[in-house]
Amino acid sequence: MNAAAPTSLCFHCQEPLAGSKLIARIGEQSQPVCCVGCQAVAEMIASSGLAEYYQRRTASSPRPEGVSQESWRAYVDPQIAGEFVRKLAREDEPREAVDLLIENLRCSACGWLIERTLHAIPNVAAVDVNAALGRAHVEWTAGTDRLEAVMSAIARLGYGPHPVTEETAARVYCNERRSMLKRFIVATFGMMQVMMFAVAGYSAELNGERIDPTLEHYFRLISMLVSIPVLFYAGKPFLMNAWNNIRTRSIGMDLSVSAALVLAFVASTWNTFVYRGEVYFDSITMFVFFLTLTRFIELSVRHRTNSVADALARHLPATAQRVAADGIETVPTRQLRIDELIIVPTGSAVPADGIIIEGATTLNEALLTGESLPVARASGDRVASGSINTGAPIRVRLTAVGASTMLSNIVALLRRAQTQKPLAIQTADRAAALFLRVVLAASVFVCAAWLVFDPSRAFAATLAVLVVACPCAFSIATPAALAASTAQLAREGVLVTKPDALETLSRVDRVIFDKTGTLPHGDIRLDTCATLGSRTDEDCRARAAALEQSSTHPIAAAFKDVPTRGFVAMNVVTVPGFGVEGTIDGERHRIGIDNFVAELRGAATDCPADPASGTTIVLGNEREALASFTLSDTLREDSRAAVDALRALRIDSEISSGDGSAVVAAVAERCGIATFFARRTPEQKLARVRELQAADSTVAMVGDGINDAPVLGAADVSIAMGRGAALAIAAADLILVGDRPAAIPGIIRTAQRTVRIARQNLVWSATYNFAALPLAAFGFISPWIAALGMSLSSLFVLMNALRLLPRSERRSSRTQPWTFSSYSYPSA
Amino acid sequence: MDILFVLIPLSLILVAGACWAFFWAVDAGQFEDLDSPGWDAIEEDQK
Repeated sequence: MNAAAPTSLCFHCQEPLAGSKLIARIGEQSQPVCCVGCQAVAEMIASSGLAEYYQRRTASSPRPEGVSQESWRAYVDPQIAGEFVRKLAREDEPREAVDLLIENLRCSACGWLIERTLHAIPNVAAVDVNAALGRAHVEWTAGTDRLEAVMSAIARLGYGPHPVTEETAARVYCNERRSMLKRFIVATFGMMQVMMFAVAGYSAELNGERIDPTLEHYFRLISMLVSIPVLFYAGKPFLMNAWNNIRTRSIGMDLSVSAALVLAFVASTWNTFVYRGEVYFDSITMFVFFLTLTRFIELSVRHRTNSVADALARHLPATAQRVAADGIETVPTRQLRIDELIIVPTGSAVPADGIIIEGATTLNEALLTGESLPVARASGDRVASGSINTGAPIRVRLTAVGASTMLSNIVALLRRAQTQKPLAIQTADRAAALFLRVVLAASVFVCAAWLVFDPSRAFAATLAVLVVACPCAFSIATPAALAASTAQLAREGVLVTKPDALETLSRVDRVIFDKTGTLPHGDIRLDTCATLGSRTDEDCRARAAALEQSSTHPIAAAFKDVPTRGFVAMNVVTVPGFGVEGTIDGERHRIGIDNFVAELRGAATDCPADPASGTTIVLGNEREALASFTLSDTLREDSRAAVDALRALRIDSEISSGDGSAVVAAVAERCGIATFFARRTPEQKLARVRELQAADSTVAMVGDGINDAPVLGAADVSIAMGRGAALAIAAADLILVGDRPAAIPGIIRTAQRTVRIARQNLVWSATYNFAALPLAAFGFISPWIAALGMSLSSLFVLMNALRLLPRSERRSSRTQPWTFSSYSYPSA
Repeated sequence: MDILFVLIPLSLILVAGACWAFFWAVDAGQFEDLDSPGWDAIEEDQK
């Protein structure tokens, strides 16, 4: 295409040269460019071996405007970078990632160019550009600080990278929605006007009369005038897509639709001016109206997940009340830093994650867990940003701010899930493209055949074939269902992070619970305390309580009510899977499994653990072992209900735990689980998953997502659950916020319904397309019926997908906490 | 019937006006949030 381009246009940005004599060297050739910026970009693309881009692109490239490397320097600053960069926990290597919104990203070739360019940057591990959404997801090896390099590389290509913060994403969606609304209203008004004039002609025809020729011609002229904005403004997105398809010689959804629209418009205009034949202005406007209507609904359904994420983000108050040396000051939420003290007044949302240090209150955590009742939280408890303080004012010491809060991580996860295309949708897209080829070939054939037999009907029949056969419904069948259920699950506190997860989950026939942190830990109680060293029983308990005070591990809950008697643990570090270390009275203490504690003073082990006595943890310092604690956990009553519900779904449950056999057996018995394995190492758990898979089982693994990442990765579908910020970086397909095993049967049921509805949609739309095509070809369907049928089948598919949302949600979103956009916070 | 030659262009102008008004409303954010404003009054009462 570039070879044919007139030489008066810039090779890179395709804008007029305006007298520029600059030349860019592309391989052996010299190409004219309009400015130094374009020259630099074109030569950079060519010298990176990416000149192929110029053949691939379907839209002109952005012109680099005053790109200065200085403006990206700011992103070197760890504090600024920290606002956007997220850490990812992966089995093989830790990574950091950022989501970027890319301005001027116009076609998939742009995406290809950006991907290639970014891959050339050292340490960049993964790049995923979604040209449709104008977004990119970039990952790099942790600690290499690639944000600045990535951003400036994109900017050098002439695109505008913006790290995604909630505001920018919301603004983009808002603009998209606004322009859709405007197109829709133009189509609606236009359709009503044209229909009015058409009715005059039709009603005369019904009475066997003929409308006055002058008046008829006048009506046709007016209809044509009204159709122009309808077709070229309201219908512009379809026409543009079709045009891009023609230029790239690819086949897209809008090609047949646009061909029909343009053909009908040209023929009608011609007939208007030559005073004879049929006009199709009414069909054109009605078709555009239905197309914009379905696209608008489709956009709303697809953006439901997005709006959940935005609503989540919006829930943060803009300002917070910080406790300063000289009283309380109101500062922007962005300025909060870790370890600062803030006050959360009654009725206000918590601006960042932290630990309550003073006050007891009730918090509504519906935003994060989907649990609608407020929960009691007191001194020492963690609070998550976005929770609403429904009780008394509290003082909170911040533990995570900005992008590292749980809420931000959840929002980022939702976004990441959206930029990936599930396998099912890719397959449907390919099928639709194939079908379109058939349709286009068929329309040519139909046209030729009618010209031979009855030329007067050839045009109408061809139009009908083009319109009726558009596989629009087919291609939105799966995405609509997935979007609706993802949004619904997000409301219940379930985040789908891998797009294929729901499909796999619907086929699951075995759920393995990793005991620690999943099934039991309803309420862990401290049963006995045996002193091993020189300290008294009470003293040991108090030290243990001080150490566990800031820990989120379920075991820490056992020490919640134990008085700390003035002991304060400093420098507390949690070692996942082992225990907690901290300094009390200047002496290092550890609490946790025996080896971990013994290691502190260089010994092998502290006490011979009785394997049958449940969970035993040890407290020790650098000199001696102080005490051993026996813990028992009361099972949450809903665990049993969950297992029963799973059984009703014909899904077997089993426990695979690292704990002692007596404990596991007791838990299994109380849950009604027959199969259980105790004292399992991660390797053994992995082997068990593989064994089940070899026996044709589809395995879902439920774990805490951090300790058991390899096992979760091996399972067909993995569900991580728990509380705390660590959850959001968990490597799992689904993330269940809050520890509610009872939700799992519900998730599986939703997954099954999603797949069922997606399948219904596919079957319906395929049947419709294949049935309608021959009817239209034989001339049984007139163009307007074709337009109606196509639009109705799309609407049917969308409405079917909406069934995945609960009834109240379909009517009004008010009942859900997410959309309390007007939730009134008392002003500070 | 000749009146149609005046009335129809007039109606088109009215439609154009309606479109303009709608465009203004969209750009002014009147359609951003259709749920909350209706509830605001009730919420104030509860205070």
